[in-house]
Amino acid sequence: MSRRRVGLLVTCLVDFFRPQVGFASIRLLEAAGCEVVVPDIQTCCGQPAWNNGDRGSSQKLALAVIDAFAGLDAVVAPSGSCIGMLRQYPAVLGDDHSRRADAVALAARCHELSSFLVDELHYRPGAPLQPNDEAVTYHDGCSGLRELGVLEQPRSLLAAAGVSIREMDAAAVCCGFGGTFCIKYPDISGAMVDDKILSIERSGASTVAAGDLGCLLNIEGRLARLGKPIRVRHFAELLASEAAASSATRRP
Amino acid sequence: MSLETSSVTFPQQVRVARSDANLKRALGKLKFGLTAMRSAAVARLPEFEQLRHDAASIRDHTLNHLDHYLLRFEAAVTARGGHVHFAPDAAAANAIILEICRSVDARKVTKGKSMVTEEIELNAHLEAHGITCLETDLGEYILQLRKERPSHIVAPAIHVLKEQVAETFAAHHGPAAAGGRDEPAALMAEARAVIRRHFLEADVGITGANFAIAETGSTVIVTNEGNGDLTQSLPKVHVAVTGIEKIVPTLEDASTLIRLLSRSATGQEASVYNTFSTGPRRPEDHDGPQAFHVVLVDNGRSRMLGSVFQDMLRCIRCGACMNHCPVYGQVGGQAYGSVYPGPMGAVLTPSLAGIEAAGHLPNASTFCGACEEVCPVRIPLPKLMRHWREREFEAGLAPRGSRFGLALWSFAAQRPWLYRWLSRAGARMLAVLGRRRGYLAKLPLGRGWTAWRDLPAPAGETFQTAWRRRQHDDLR
Repeated sequence: MSRRRVGLLVTCLVDFFRPQVGFASIRLLEAAGCEVVVPDIQTCCGQPAWNNGDRGSSQKLALAVIDAFAGLDAVVAPSGSCIGMLRQYPAVLGDDHSRRADAVALAARCHELSSFLVDELHYRPGAPLQPNDEAVTYHDGCSGLRELGVLEQPRSLLAAAGVSIREMDAAAVCCGFGGTFCIKYPDISGAMVDDKILSIERSGASTVAAGDLGCLLNIEGRLARLGKPIRVRHFAELLASEAAASSATRRP
Repeated sequence: MSLETSSVTFPQQVRVARSDANLKRALGKLKFGLTAMRSAAVARLPEFEQLRHDAASIRDHTLNHLDHYLLRFEAAVTARGGHVHFAPDAAAANAIILEICRSVDARKVTKGKSMVTEEIELNAHLEAHGITCLETDLGEYILQLRKERPSHIVAPAIHVLKEQVAETFAAHHGPAAAGGRDEPAALMAEARAVIRRHFLEADVGITGANFAIAETGSTVIVTNEGNGDLTQSLPKVHVAVTGIEKIVPTLEDASTLIRLLSRSATGQEASVYNTFSTGPRRPEDHDGPQAFHVVLVDNGRSRMLGSVFQDMLRCIRCGACMNHCPVYGQVGGQAYGSVYPGPMGAVLTPSLAGIEAAGHLPNASTFCGACEEVCPVRIPLPKLMRHWREREFEAGLAPRGSRFGLALWSFAAQRPWLYRWLSRAGARMLAVLGRRRGYLAKLPLGRGWTAWRDLPAPAGETFQTAWRRRQHDDLR
């Protein structure tokens, strides 16, 4: 089989806050034998518009994503939430839209990163990429878990890379991020992230990992406010951090 | 008159709820009680998923042919000597029930637990016309004494701690009996002793109905306390009040739904009482009411038929969605300001009361999907909440600040060059502001975030910029 050409949907939050997650994703995809393309006309998947009831904007952004990633074998994002949104595109455009078939095709070839690596490519990190004796606990992002069935994939990748996982209770309970929810209902969101942090602390892990930057920024921001020294990482960073792969990058 | 709510003040009610230490303790029990019992019951029943599928099909079929089954139900009830009344709205339902009470000169009414009578505010209507109503479900009785509304559709007083119940009973019943008021069993015995004598004095017994069976003309209540049975069999008249969507075609269908209902609601294989009422007492019967009335309430439900919200009418009121909802788990049911709280309420309340009266409810969700995951009739609750947000947006009802912000963001997101430029400038600026600590504690226009959290500072260079730069370096 020829090398798959994979388009990286960077996601707004990775682009803005944590570019290292994007680079780690590319390293993982290349290690798994893909050619990675990063379309520069991509902006946002449109989820903020869709979840706030703005169908018109959602449609325009859906069409822009469909066009930006045209002709690629697969579209992959280090986010369950954004891929969950791409899978909604047929519903966003509606039954009668002239480009519905394109939306259906995109929905069928877009994948969350860990799910793409494990389920589609059967990739296993060979040797531990980053020997690490720190215990990591894993938070399941809601969209990845309940819309895409992402549960074992990131855990199996981390285990194969020599990361020991210490499960928290209520790993599948929402952290309270919820996109614009956390700004619209800060009191509820804040109480939810506090419960999540209690679960993380009970696990005894010193690092919490997840597959969505929204959850991670929410948890990290609350941990920082509380002054708690728990590290927060995207699983791609743990699997292929800049440091672990420093030989592959050139810095002045 | 439609469903009355106080949902417009949801954020204030959230603040009240969050500052209530007793509520926090009470809600803490929910997380490890009902949800754990449900998952244990589901694990013991291999065909649970198949049952969910069958149940959703039964409900869909009935709703698609609701006119037919309503008429069949009416015919079956009438054939057995009962009466069916169709109430287009709450006012009509209250008037019908008052008229039934007056026809037997009723002074006192006992009531089994019924969310529809909460919805139409029946008690207030009857009391205003000189008829005493007594709630006989323990939770509802406690709330009636405390003058509160239910906070949960299955466990209405789940927000009240046993110490608070003891205080309430002390205030209304006087000194405690020998058993004291420390143990739940003693409180229950005390309530039973008080309520029992009312059953014998009541002229009319009013219950809800979990299901109304078209084949037999029966109404069904699924309970754990037995108060419903006494409510409907001791007085002269039994009135069952329920929504028009509660019809099921056959006894067999009702049995399928009951198997799901008990497990989803409380984790029981079967509730303690599953009581079927079919017509008034016959000459050969030993007990039962002399008259049997069913009041089928529309109150906005028929508007949902054929709309995107029809799926919501599949609901069998098990409460699993609220038991598993992390938002409900933080604020409790009363903050929603509607008799129907939690995820099912977030869809049903705007359907019955109008989105203007309930706009917060479908918005106060992270769309985590836990509700849909456990719904026994697979209602796509997040999708339906999103539909309400869409209606709200289209009608220009969303808050001005959020509409404005969304419009600005959307304008930029549709212009890649502008989006890129803004991201680059923003990331650089926030990186500078947060460079000392790596976090920002305050943000212009970001109070919603920084009220609880710091903002992790960006790296400074966006991914897109760094990626293009590296590629350029590689080529050199």
